[in-house]
Amino acid sequence: MLKGIGASDGIGIGRALKLVEKPIVYEEIAVTDTEAEKQRLADAVQAFCRRSEARAKQMDETGADGAILRGHIAMLSDPYMLSQMNELIDGGTCAEKAVETVCDMFIAVFSMTDDELTRQRAADVGDIKKQVQKLLLGIEDVDISRLPPNTVLIVDELTPSMTAEMDKAHVVGIVTERGGRTSHSAIISRALKIPAVLSVENALTLLPAEMELIVDGHAGEVYTDIDDQLREQFLEVQKRFAEKVALEEKHRGRPTATKNGIPKKLYANIGSHKDLDAVLAGDAEGIGLFRTEFLFMDRNALPTEEEQFEAYKAIAVGMRGKEVIIRTLDVGGDKDIPYLNLKKEENPFMGFRAVRYCLANRDAYKAQLRAILRASAYGDVAVMVPLVTRVEEIIEVRGMVEELKGELDIQNIPYKKDIKVGVMVETPAACLIADLLAAHADFFSIGTNDLTGYVMAADRGNADVSYLYSTLDPAVLRAIKYIITSARKRGIPCGMCGEAAADPRMIPLLVSFGLEEFSVNPSSVLSVRCALSELDSVACDAIAEKALSMETEKEVSAYLGTL
Amino acid sequence: MVTKTVTVINAQGFHMRPATVFAGEMGKFSSKITLETNGKTVDAKSLMNIIAACIKCGAEVKVSCEGEDEAAALAKAVEMIESGLGEA
Repeated sequence: MLKGIGASDGIGIGRALKLVEKPIVYEEIAVTDTEAEKQRLADAVQAFCRRSEARAKQMDETGADGAILRGHIAMLSDPYMLSQMNELIDGGTCAEKAVETVCDMFIAVFSMTDDELTRQRAADVGDIKKQVQKLLLGIEDVDISRLPPNTVLIVDELTPSMTAEMDKAHVVGIVTERGGRTSHSAIISRALKIPAVLSVENALTLLPAEMELIVDGHAGEVYTDIDDQLREQFLEVQKRFAEKVALEEKHRGRPTATKNGIPKKLYANIGSHKDLDAVLAGDAEGIGLFRTEFLFMDRNALPTEEEQFEAYKAIAVGMRGKEVIIRTLDVGGDKDIPYLNLKKEENPFMGFRAVRYCLANRDAYKAQLRAILRASAYGDVAVMVPLVTRVEEIIEVRGMVEELKGELDIQNIPYKKDIKVGVMVETPAACLIADLLAAHADFFSIGTNDLTGYVMAADRGNADVSYLYSTLDPAVLRAIKYIITSARKRGIPCGMCGEAAADPRMIPLLVSFGLEEFSVNPSSVLSVRCALSELDSVACDAIAEKALSMETEKEVSAYLGTL
Repeated sequence: MVTKTVTVINAQGFHMRPATVFAGEMGKFSSKITLETNGKTVDAKSLMNIIAACIKCGAEVKVSCEGEDEAAALAKAVEMIESGLGEA
């Protein structure tokens, strides 16, 4: 079995077909008849545009999206691109080299930006370059427009033009040597709903042609030695996956509610403003956890208020009035940021982290809070404070927020006057005083990942004690129930932004406890909505009562697993 | 020359599809049209340069037009950006 990155869900079973591209080789000759050379380029460009348009049409007809190829036509038709190439030819450069120089310049510019989408465009320019050069040189690619049924395509990297040309009806799986979850190959395979495993090292060398393969696009695994038993096993997984997708898709665009009509909020967790597309594609109704650490990492100094404001505003604007809960800096613990010069601690998880650091470094914290306040003028933005253990901490943060509001008023800078300030409940202390904290918080959100670790005093990364780390442990369940009950008694909303909110075993209990907001990975939104729609809150009460009466985690997980 | 500053509201900002439509429309005017954001100024008729400028959702963009049809060009550019570049 070979490991890679699972980039497009599903199971593909078929035979390996390796696609190795012919190399592009040309001699750099000095051009004398520059007009003829420019005509040669113009002909190649025209041929490229014609072919891309024809392929785009083909894609449209098969229900795929030809937009990427039409984008290529638009890019190459940019008058700036062409005039730059022609200028080089005027200077005596041959057409092949002119194409290479101008494309490479844009590839470099696009690759250097800090924007994932722009970096992806570099792959398009690379694709355009290769294709136009091949047209100039008369190199024809391997024909993949007719493939045998049940083909697993193995390539270095899937190019958009390859995608257009390939006989999609017969491709059951894709394996590449390069690319991550946001690469072109990944986006294309998800769009085509073909299971894909990317970044499999040396796949082209290790996987023999014609060999039967199983591609598990969820786990990111490619199986090679296949016997009847393994095949049967994966055929079953494949069938269940298809049923699940069909069922979940029915919930796209629908409101979230239990079977007996209790509405729930279904939000997404994100780690960067670049995740906005995933949130919208996943059909989330808001953002329940916007982690801000990414703004502070991979750099040498604190981000300015302005930089933070731009990032928060981008999400606020992009979500168009839907709620966006921004968690203030959660540094320390396992997240080290070198320029903050935090001391090495004996016990970082019990040390100087999150709100503790922020309250001791007020200037930096003020910049972040001010940026969030300013962004709140552009949408329904809320502030969430992590790792609270004492009432004083939330009182202090609220005091700072009020002070900053006064500053903004004087400066005539707009913000949301009634911006909500909530507590991320993730320590045993916060749980035990949840009733007291509720009086000072506009909302709670339970961070089950840390809460579970702290309640059980167990690090899930430590193999010797990780067996203790379970959100289904009676201790953790009691903590969660108490937090939600305390919020309800005080009349403030309570959400959950840990992995447990998407756990099908956990959801019935959360419904019974009265959790209002479920914040999950963007890709889990539809499955949670589907799960909630099948649950009756009265039936959930009975399930919760039974689960809470059990003495061991083993019993609880066995019981909830069979429902 | 006429100018106006507008905020980009569509989720993906000036990316492939919106940028293509925008550059195409701008190409129909004879005026010189530029976009200024984040200290960079780019030719509004060049798709590649617009993409390279990485104009994201929420960004403030100063549109400048200079030429015979500058008023019409500015009006069209502002209308397109403010309406979410066809993606709103």
